[in-house]
Amino acid sequence: MLIFEHSEPGRINAAQVPAVGACAADVPEAFLRRKPLLLPEVSELQAVRHYTRLSQRNFAIDTHFYPLGSCTMKYNPRASNAAAMLPGFLARHPLSPESTGQGFLACLFELQEILKDVTGMKGVSLTPMAGAQGEFAGVAMIRAYHEARGDNARTEILIPRAAHGTNPATAVMCGYTVREIDVDADGDVDVEALKKAVGPQTAGLMLTNPSTLGVFDRHIEEVARLVHGAGGLLYYDGANLNAILGRVKPGDMGFDVIHLNLHKTFSTPHGGGGPGAGPVGVGERLLPFLPVPFVGERNGQYHWITEKLRPQSIGRLSAHMGNAGVLLRAYVYARLLGRKGMSRVADYAVLNANYLFERLTALGYAAAYPGRRATHEFLLTLKDLKEKTTVTATDVAKRLLDKGFHAPTVYFPLMVPECLLIEPTETESLDDLDAFVGAMAEIWSDAHTAVDVLKNAPQKLPVRRVDEVRAARDLDLVWRQAR
Amino acid sequence: MPFIPHTKADVERMLATIGVDSVEKLFEEIPQSLRSAPLAGVPDALNEQQVLRLMRERAEQDGRFLNFLGAGAYEHHIPAAVWELTTRGEFYTAYTPYQPEASQGTLQMLYEFQSMIASLTGMEVANASLYDGASGLAEAILMAVRLHGGSRRIVLPETVHPVYRKVVHTIVRAQSIELDVVPSGDDGVVDPAEVAARMRGAAALVIPMPNFFGRLEALGELATVAKEAGALSIGLVNPVACAWLAPPGEWGPGCDIAVGEGQPLGAPLSSGGPYFGFLAARQAHVRQMPGRIVGRTVDIDGKEAFTLTLQAREQHIRRSKATSNICTNQGLLVTAATIHMALLGPAGLRGVAMASHANTARLVARLTRIPGVRNAFPGAPIFHEALLRLDVPVGDVLRALEAQGILGGYAVGEHYPRWADGLLVCATEAKTDADIELFATHLERIVSKRRLDPPCAYKDS
Repeated sequence: MLIFEHSEPGRINAAQVPAVGACAADVPEAFLRRKPLLLPEVSELQAVRHYTRLSQRNFAIDTHFYPLGSCTMKYNPRASNAAAMLPGFLARHPLSPESTGQGFLACLFELQEILKDVTGMKGVSLTPMAGAQGEFAGVAMIRAYHEARGDNARTEILIPRAAHGTNPATAVMCGYTVREIDVDADGDVDVEALKKAVGPQTAGLMLTNPSTLGVFDRHIEEVARLVHGAGGLLYYDGANLNAILGRVKPGDMGFDVIHLNLHKTFSTPHGGGGPGAGPVGVGERLLPFLPVPFVGERNGQYHWITEKLRPQSIGRLSAHMGNAGVLLRAYVYARLLGRKGMSRVADYAVLNANYLFERLTALGYAAAYPGRRATHEFLLTLKDLKEKTTVTATDVAKRLLDKGFHAPTVYFPLMVPECLLIEPTETESLDDLDAFVGAMAEIWSDAHTAVDVLKNAPQKLPVRRVDEVRAARDLDLVWRQAR
Repeated sequence: MPFIPHTKADVERMLATIGVDSVEKLFEEIPQSLRSAPLAGVPDALNEQQVLRLMRERAEQDGRFLNFLGAGAYEHHIPAAVWELTTRGEFYTAYTPYQPEASQGTLQMLYEFQSMIASLTGMEVANASLYDGASGLAEAILMAVRLHGGSRRIVLPETVHPVYRKVVHTIVRAQSIELDVVPSGDDGVVDPAEVAARMRGAAALVIPMPNFFGRLEALGELATVAKEAGALSIGLVNPVACAWLAPPGEWGPGCDIAVGEGQPLGAPLSSGGPYFGFLAARQAHVRQMPGRIVGRTVDIDGKEAFTLTLQAREQHIRRSKATSNICTNQGLLVTAATIHMALLGPAGLRGVAMASHANTARLVARLTRIPGVRNAFPGAPIFHEALLRLDVPVGDVLRALEAQGILGGYAVGEHYPRWADGLLVCATEAKTDADIELFATHLERIVSKRRLDPPCAYKDS
């Protein structure tokens, strides 16, 4: 039932009516709204009950194991939320003077320093509001760098075929054409193909490492040499940083620019699709181009660094300084982990993934890249299973939901047929991993003996399989009163 | 280790299953030369009690101010239930609803949000959010350029929020889009005749409501001017204003796109974020909309169900041909906004708009009784924000007010040299008559003192 269907004309939630009387006769009639406003007219209890019940129709980290590959669904500490929701932080207006924000700015400055260290970069700006905006900032900086050198012949960004869709979409937004590079049979970038592709037209290469194929690219040093040798720059997509946090710094791999997804690696909540935060870090060459504002420090006083101090900056990406509350949550997470805790994130993320990888392949599930180590995630392919039994990645995913596990990422990367990308994260216990293996074992068995059970899944959720074709064909995007 | 549940025995069992003798072995594919030195720049761990104490101290260090700043972010009351519900783990820790059967709660909420935003803006369809108002305007402009299919020139009034104009420039510059900025008249609005003269061959016109100064532009006339030039019109609106004032769908022939900053709908000020952007449009243009869109459909039993739809527009399917690179948006803020709008209802939200406006009117009336303070646009229609002009330096006045615990508004001179003496003030429904009187009393003393005895700093005891 929609909230609108609880509505009754004339019902007013009196506790939420402002106390100030309206004396608004100065606005001419012509400026006033004519059409009725179709917001629900419900009591506070009706609203609270409705949205509480809706929340219960979700899977979430707090309720379910969520092994969604390349999404890093780790536990979101409640302390992060409690700190970011302190009244002093919530009440501060973004245009308040720096003098009224020294405590807030101190957190951001220290977060910048922490991110510089873990990424091996020389400067960090926290302002991008999600990974894709971080990518935009990164590629825009690459463009600004070449332009500042008068090097205008570079028109192309190289992207491995397995990359997230945001990479090519971002390159196009930055005015580049995209050339896709194949990966070799082991899942590494095809170095021979790269050699043929790089040249004076290469602005840069965008790479996720470990890649979305769940393996660490072993040729990374050679890839960096080739791209730099051609005059291009290297962009690190931090989607999979959890795999190497504390173990490897992207700056050491030769990357010139990186974005992090704090809603992955630094454990801020995904919130049903955001907000995220996509800070960017840069090496020496790109420092002048960092997006503004970011925080500087002088004699223990913090201040904003804006376009006045950074005239070559690519500019601003949001009305203020990005998703401040997300950044505070990430800062709290970093302080709770500390140096030792942070250097062990990758250890346990990789341990969990390799354990699941071993257990699931032992059951019969096929690795997309057998013989490779899992990183913080790994890729299975059900191509053979589908040929034998007709069971697809979707069938497995939907049956997992019935068994109380969120599905892994399915059908991504697009180049591997019937794939499942599985990322357990470091915060899952051995008991929970074993329970997941148990569910996957039952599914493997059903695939060979009771295919219908899988084809008819899910059975136990609020709805069964959803007709997405109809959703796109007979568009119903807003509720209308007359319906 | 924080948040890692493994016992020593667990680790041993897991390593034995994998068939290696150490965790180190699991990293063997990474060249030795790349393995990092320790993290020297990360401080030692604090426990939760220590972290929360530190954060409390920092939050309190900055003090509490009586705030008359607006300029794009507004202090409204947020019902207590909004964030109580929004931070329930089931909303707070869910992912993007790619598995619809396991995400009906978030999906239905987003459908309700789209419905509310469509009605609020007077448009036919809405998406499930963008990052914020400024980047949302950039997306709206890119959408308009795609829809127009010919021109890449956008007519952008100078009365649009100056930082929004900067953000748009950052985001669209690489796509050879030209921003044709129309100067404001002395009355704080653009002249429709001047806009009309620039519309020939343009792709779109941006129309702010209210504009940066709180002024109401000639909305219907401007939307008509755009249509007659064969261009699209983009209404850039404060969503609270739309509950009381005519929304973009009602301006002249109706706007093609409505976009704006969602912060006034349940997001705390929080030093600037997270907020959210919203975008609504005509149904005919839905396939050029950026961002996620939820549709209502059925499951295989014919039962009502919700799912992300029209995903063929998006980056994870279309890659380099997507309408935008946006992926993660601001879902949790949309949850808050949806609950906020449900709790207020149509009368409540209209009440907030009118009360905010009434308070600002009271504020302006009171402050302009002070000698040396005048209304920049006396008698002109505004919504809940107004530009004052001071005959003493604005920066000095703001610093003196800050010393009294008051944030007295926004000095617009940096962006508008013509109004170097301009102070943009706003009082939402959250202000009382006593708050306004306190502001006025201090301002009066500061201004008169400045006039009699410039320019030493003044601090009330």
